[in-house]
Amino acid sequence: MTTTAPAKKAAVKTGDPALAFYRLGADISDSKAPDVDIEKMWKTRQFQAKLVNPSNRRKLTVIIVGTGLAGGAAAATLGEAGYNVLNFCYQDSPRRAHSIAAQGGINAAKNYRNDNDSTQRLFYDTVKGGDYRARETNVYRLAEVSANIIDQCVAQGVPFAREYGGLLDTRSFGGVQVQRTFYARGQTGQQLLIGAYQALERQIAAGTVTMYTRHEMVELIVADGKARGIVTRNMVTGAVESWFADAVVLATGGYSNLFYLSTNAMGCNVTAGWRAHRKGAYFGNPCYTQIHPTCIPVHGETQSKLTLMSESLRNDGRIWVPKKVEDCTKDPRQVPEADRDYYLERIYPAFGNLVPRDIASRQAKNMCDQGRGVGSAIAEKDFDGNPREVRRGVYLDFSDAIGRLGKKTIEARYGNLFDMYLQITGENPYEMPMRIYPAVHYAMGGLWVDYDLQSSITGLYVCGEANFSDHGANRLGASALMQGLADGYFVLPNTINDYLSAGPFPKVDATHPAAVEALDAVKGRIEKLLSIHGNRSVDSFHKELGAIMWEFCGMERTAEGLQIAIGRIRALREEFWTNVHVTGVNEDFNQALERAGRVADFLEFGELMCIDALHRRESCGGHFRAESQTEEGEALRHDDEFAYVAAWEYGGEDKPVLHKEPLVYKFIELKQRSYK
Amino acid sequence: MTPVATQTLTVHQKAVRSSVAMKVLMAVTGIFLILFLLMHAWGNLKAFFGPEAYDHYAEWLKSDILYPLIPKGWFIWIFRVFMVACIVLHMLSAYLLTVRSWGARGRYQRKDRRSQTFAARTMRWGGIILLMLLLFHLGQFTVKLFLTGFTATSTPYQAVVLTFSQWYMVILYALFVGTVCFHLRHGIWSALTTLGANTSPAARRGLNYTAIFVAALLFAGFMAMPVAVLFGGIK
Amino acid sequence: MKITLNIWRQANAKAEGHLERYQLDGVSEDMSFLETLDMLNEQLTTEDKEPVAFDQDCREGICGMCGVVINGAPHGRYSSSVPTTTCQLHMRSFADGAEITVEPWRAGGFPLIKDLVVDRSAFDRIIQAGGFISVNTGSAPEAHSVPAPKLESDRAFDNAACIGCGACVAACPNGSAMLFTAAKITHLAMLPQGQPERYSRVKSMIAQHDAEGFGGCTNIGECASVCPKEIPLESIAQLNRDLMKSLFRREGK
Repeated sequence: MTTTAPAKKAAVKTGDPALAFYRLGADISDSKAPDVDIEKMWKTRQFQAKLVNPSNRRKLTVIIVGTGLAGGAAAATLGEAGYNVLNFCYQDSPRRAHSIAAQGGINAAKNYRNDNDSTQRLFYDTVKGGDYRARETNVYRLAEVSANIIDQCVAQGVPFAREYGGLLDTRSFGGVQVQRTFYARGQTGQQLLIGAYQALERQIAAGTVTMYTRHEMVELIVADGKARGIVTRNMVTGAVESWFADAVVLATGGYSNLFYLSTNAMGCNVTAGWRAHRKGAYFGNPCYTQIHPTCIPVHGETQSKLTLMSESLRNDGRIWVPKKVEDCTKDPRQVPEADRDYYLERIYPAFGNLVPRDIASRQAKNMCDQGRGVGSAIAEKDFDGNPREVRRGVYLDFSDAIGRLGKKTIEARYGNLFDMYLQITGENPYEMPMRIYPAVHYAMGGLWVDYDLQSSITGLYVCGEANFSDHGANRLGASALMQGLADGYFVLPNTINDYLSAGPFPKVDATHPAAVEALDAVKGRIEKLLSIHGNRSVDSFHKELGAIMWEFCGMERTAEGLQIAIGRIRALREEFWTNVHVTGVNEDFNQALERAGRVADFLEFGELMCIDALHRRESCGGHFRAESQTEEGEALRHDDEFAYVAAWEYGGEDKPVLHKEPLVYKFIELKQRSYK
Repeated sequence: MTPVATQTLTVHQKAVRSSVAMKVLMAVTGIFLILFLLMHAWGNLKAFFGPEAYDHYAEWLKSDILYPLIPKGWFIWIFRVFMVACIVLHMLSAYLLTVRSWGARGRYQRKDRRSQTFAARTMRWGGIILLMLLLFHLGQFTVKLFLTGFTATSTPYQAVVLTFSQWYMVILYALFVGTVCFHLRHGIWSALTTLGANTSPAARRGLNYTAIFVAALLFAGFMAMPVAVLFGGIK
Repeated sequence: MKITLNIWRQANAKAEGHLERYQLDGVSEDMSFLETLDMLNEQLTTEDKEPVAFDQDCREGICGMCGVVINGAPHGRYSSSVPTTTCQLHMRSFADGAEITVEPWRAGGFPLIKDLVVDRSAFDRIIQAGGFISVNTGSAPEAHSVPAPKLESDRAFDNAACIGCGACVAACPNGSAMLFTAAKITHLAMLPQGQPERYSRVKSMIAQHDAEGFGGCTNIGECASVCPKEIPLESIAQLNRDLMKSLFRREGK
């Protein structure tokens, strides 16, 4: 990373309310990508990277937090290389990381279909899909190594879908025009994760990786300017322990659980990333979150998570809401055709129900905000904080498709999804239209990293969804699995050696002042949480925070709303630290305490996310600012002002500091998208 | 503490001593016993051909089978040793697996198990009851320790006819054979599955039908003669 | 809906446990079973009582972390019309006023941690013993260099669908983990890539299965009936076949 003096043309319009919430720091840039043609860049970097002699590797310890596709793959690969790896996860087994829930597939530029696919095209599609807010160099490398991922996974025994000839099947996914997505029925994530998990278990058996399950990372130890360890809480005994290493890798996933209701697992959290951020790691583009339009809607206040259904449903289903508010509580089959508003077909006649995710999501919210939503009425707070009840759902109707293609065909295409819907809602989608609503699904933002995946803290590396690097402002379908495995199998193991070659670094142990400080801070925080004995449960704070984020920093964001959100988050945070009730003691299996720590960090992170969203006065990808749209209501980017990565430095008691990493497009031309 | 397999054995040795290998032993010995029972039931039907046929058959078993390959009268002893070995190994593997299961199973306040058949649930206690009844049966007709209505000098034919003229003896025998057949209802299916024959849902149905069919066949085969004696078909 | 829950409470592995009775009012039939436990925990927190500990994570039936025995059946299988995980079981499966017994997985191989939480790390150690294909990152041949017949590949997939939740062990009257072990053995045995280690794998995985204190299989089939992912009982026969063959081979001698 290099920093330069603050950009002179930091063109800030007068009266930008965001200025009250942050300070502008020096611009930064990635210093690791070699200055050569993009096709040669990764090979050049691999050649330039300093190496560690195989016999010296076992003397070097690497801590890896997380066991999903990125963390599990990295731990296995570094173990195979001979490093001494300590791997941590909060689940009871590394196989349960949330990568497991990915359904769709994994992209790879194999061109098995002979349909003009190539590294170049996957690179282009990913940058374009990211709405030109990703770093070209990282994305090109991702496309480049994608083919190796498939080879690796097949060799591990991942049962990808196959043709009768015994070769791999692929399909087209996420609106791209080539068939480059490899899949394993509807559970590609699980199969890929099991592949990585098996490789990891093999290394555990070999003794190169030591696995610590039910251990949650609660602090990063930065000693003498380098990331040298972490503090964990043993979730069974409550023991707070410090661990030391020559380098630390975070592969801790995304932060979408900030919204309380998301498609993430209940345990997904931002703690590892946020703790690193507080110790100096820059947070990149926190406002970029992806919202998935076809999830099963909220049934009521006790809802704990949202379930995603494949977007492929939109290929045959028609989305509508009643034209009249009074029809919203009727049996949808009783609403006459003339009284139905197929709003996507009406507004976007060219793409109809197949408009991109963000547009489909935003329009669903608009319809419900107009009072034309369907399903259970959900209690929520309006813009001004007053209680209201809104029906949050729109119909996804297959009756036309069933009439046209027959029930058999629909069953063959979507049978498993229909079954899942029936199991969760108790309604049969062959007879009743489905109800869907958008839900937060993926975080494109994450800790800022350079081309080597090193964060702004020396010796701290970040992989997978936890970093910000490859998806820009929006992620292309079937690219999350690709990135996690690319980082874990192929990128990190070829860059971290460049850093480790200078090691082993001087020994740091529990007596080092940085370690003592970190351990004391953790213990102090736990004690504080347990001593408040207030009147509100941890979950009630999390739900309230989620509601604020969803309302003001969800699908559509406005300057006014974001400022309200920041105020409410601050007030909520204050209340949390004076009125939360955490039962039990630390020296026990205490799930309330686990959640309290995570929510405390979400309450800090949420504010940063709103500030980032507030400062970015443009719409791009998953970030839609109502003030920045075309006359047709399309997202409008401002490449002149905002073609940069927003890397936030922790400001402590003071405001956070914004460092801009200007995005330079040498190989791809910037274009504004249109789906009209 | 992390459980670790005994360090002194190789992986191969552990596999040889594993629960699966033990099951295979139980399955193989069980199948030998079933084959014996099928032959035994077939032999019993000789009673329908009169005393000479039956007694000649009984005599033949003890005399010149495989003669002159082996001396006269040896076959029955070789056969008996083999049968006893099968029973002992069958019981030994059952014992070891049962001890393992008792250590491994959970004890619920409430349980709802729907796949197990009555036969499957009663394999262990059924097996022990079976052993008791078997000892009585051998004591009755082989060693002639329990003289149930006949004398030590009765011919085999007389022994069965005199025994099964008594209704309670027929009931006791029915109980014995019934227990055997219940044991086999699960045992045949389980043995064949253990040996790998359960290859598909269709195969599973086939194996279960086979088990029921063989068990029923044996019951009919064994009960035909005593019932006939009781109702005067055989005198 | 009104629901009565009888939940196993046990402070830790050494403590005595007991069933505790709780009444819940206002349960909606759209709620999942775990959301009902959430609701109970909110209520307990308000009363300053210790919430019920239970494992869960993805709540969409794929991570395998959740699992309790509901009315005597793992994942409440017999309350549901379809195979399910605990997180995907919904309250509409129960009648208003129902009394529901909730217990942890109970098996020698799964020591209890607290309340409804058990330690399933034995599964990881069974995988460590050989449930993998030894291929280092970077050394893989081109994916299309070895075609895999579709039928075997599909069968591999059916077994790879195992989520490692442990319901099979919880259901088994012998506390056996044979279905779990068989699923992994069959998954890898059905793929060309799995052949080189096929017979050493089955030996070492079975050895570890036994060392973990799991019981032997008696082919009763409770495991397959409750499996949320419908791993077939036939997989155990595959394991048996492979083990028998392996005993006549040199691997692991």
